[in-house]
Amino acid sequence: MEGFVCVFQRDLRIALRRRTDSLAAVVFFVMVVSLFPLGVGPEPALLRTMAPGVVWVAALLACTLPLARLFADDLQDGTLEQLLLSTHPLPLLVLGKTCAHWCGSVLLLVLVSPLLALQFDLSASSTGVLLLTLLVGSPVLSLVGSIGAALTLGLRGGGVLMSLLTLPLVIPVLIFGAGAVEAHNAGLGVGGHFSLLGALLLLSLFAAPLVTSAALRISME
Amino acid sequence: MSSINWFHYAAPQRFYPLAGQLVPWFGALAVVLTAAGLYLGLWVAPTDAQQGEAYRIIFVHVPTAWMSMVVYLAMALWAGIGLVFNSRLSSMMATALAPTGALMTFLALWTGALWGKPTWGAWWVWDARLTSELVLLFLYIGFMALHSAIDDTRRADRAAGLLAIVGVVNLPIIYFSVQWWNTLHQGASVSITKAPSMATPMLLGMLVMALACWMYCIAVALARVRLIMLERERHAPWARQALEGLA
Repeated sequence: MEGFVCVFQRDLRIALRRRTDSLAAVVFFVMVVSLFPLGVGPEPALLRTMAPGVVWVAALLACTLPLARLFADDLQDGTLEQLLLSTHPLPLLVLGKTCAHWCGSVLLLVLVSPLLALQFDLSASSTGVLLLTLLVGSPVLSLVGSIGAALTLGLRGGGVLMSLLTLPLVIPVLIFGAGAVEAHNAGLGVGGHFSLLGALLLLSLFAAPLVTSAALRISME
Repeated sequence: MSSINWFHYAAPQRFYPLAGQLVPWFGALAVVLTAAGLYLGLWVAPTDAQQGEAYRIIFVHVPTAWMSMVVYLAMALWAGIGLVFNSRLSSMMATALAPTGALMTFLALWTGALWGKPTWGAWWVWDARLTSELVLLFLYIGFMALHSAIDDTRRADRAAGLLAIVGVVNLPIIYFSVQWWNTLHQGASVSITKAPSMATPMLLGMLVMALACWMYCIAVALARVRLIMLERERHAPWARQALEGLA
């Protein structure tokens, strides 16, 4: 547990000192979402139905941007080798890095989303549901993304390849996340969607650090 | 059967001639079974009461859809064996299966579109089974892309193998999607636990075509794994001899 806390604090501190990286992802997120009304036309009814999907897809793409750097910097300065050699269990250290990544880069993006929902004329309660789905769903994106980041570590064109590997695996999160907001808009219950999102979160919390550790060991052989 | 030592064939050097002997047999069986299956499906099977003649694409669609999942499972299994036992041949098998699996997935999607146009009135709908099958195609492409992006074959085998195992979660989603979500795609045509709901010639044609697909996939995968073996073992004396024999 000590290792987890240590890595988490270190990575979070680095993220807070290099603010441009996380801010770039947020700006990308806001820009992509803002492009949609320009592309499909500004009718409020259309925008209201599109909003959950658009915000979710944009969040998905924005999350993958900083993921490419998750292990790359540590690989360059040798920290990653030290982590692999350390006596602490590697999955816990990886979990620490992923949590720090989520807090440092993704959380800000989630917190901005209500503002964007406002632009799309979503009702207050729908905005709340959207925020909650992103809070539960975005850690899954980071966790699954860490697998892709570890598999493509140090490859040429690794960033694009990482998106190619990660995006198919997170489609369920997108479906249930956007589905919850749509169900709420239609006056249906959202309990089922949140149960499934929670199940995905638990599954990825358990499995993703293990797979990522195995992938890191393969990459560093 | 127990007298065969399977580990004997775990070395590429010994598996290469065995695969060479098997390929023509599986290839011939695939041709014969395809001819028989198409004859049963296109001439013998009666016209469907609900869908008329359009249903006949089922004889290609269902077998390829089955194979798309079976091949992925086989690929992940070989990749897993390769990861655990560090055996070269199993990783080569996984690599050899990937393009065939991708082809089967593509064919299932394509014939599905051809079937969907006359019956549903649309080439494509965002139905759970169609979407998860599309994701399967992406997984195959991801496997091949990751494998070809890594120059060191050993690392490529292991990294892509890990990805293949992670992707297995998609298979139950495809398989049960028609039961879990009540969507446009019709339910399973054939079930082990229930009596067949289709006419016997139809069922027979479909099963023969499924067998033909099995034979085709095995033949092609074995032929491809032979080439992969030659490519990777080109420095070994046996591979050089085999290459001279080819030239």
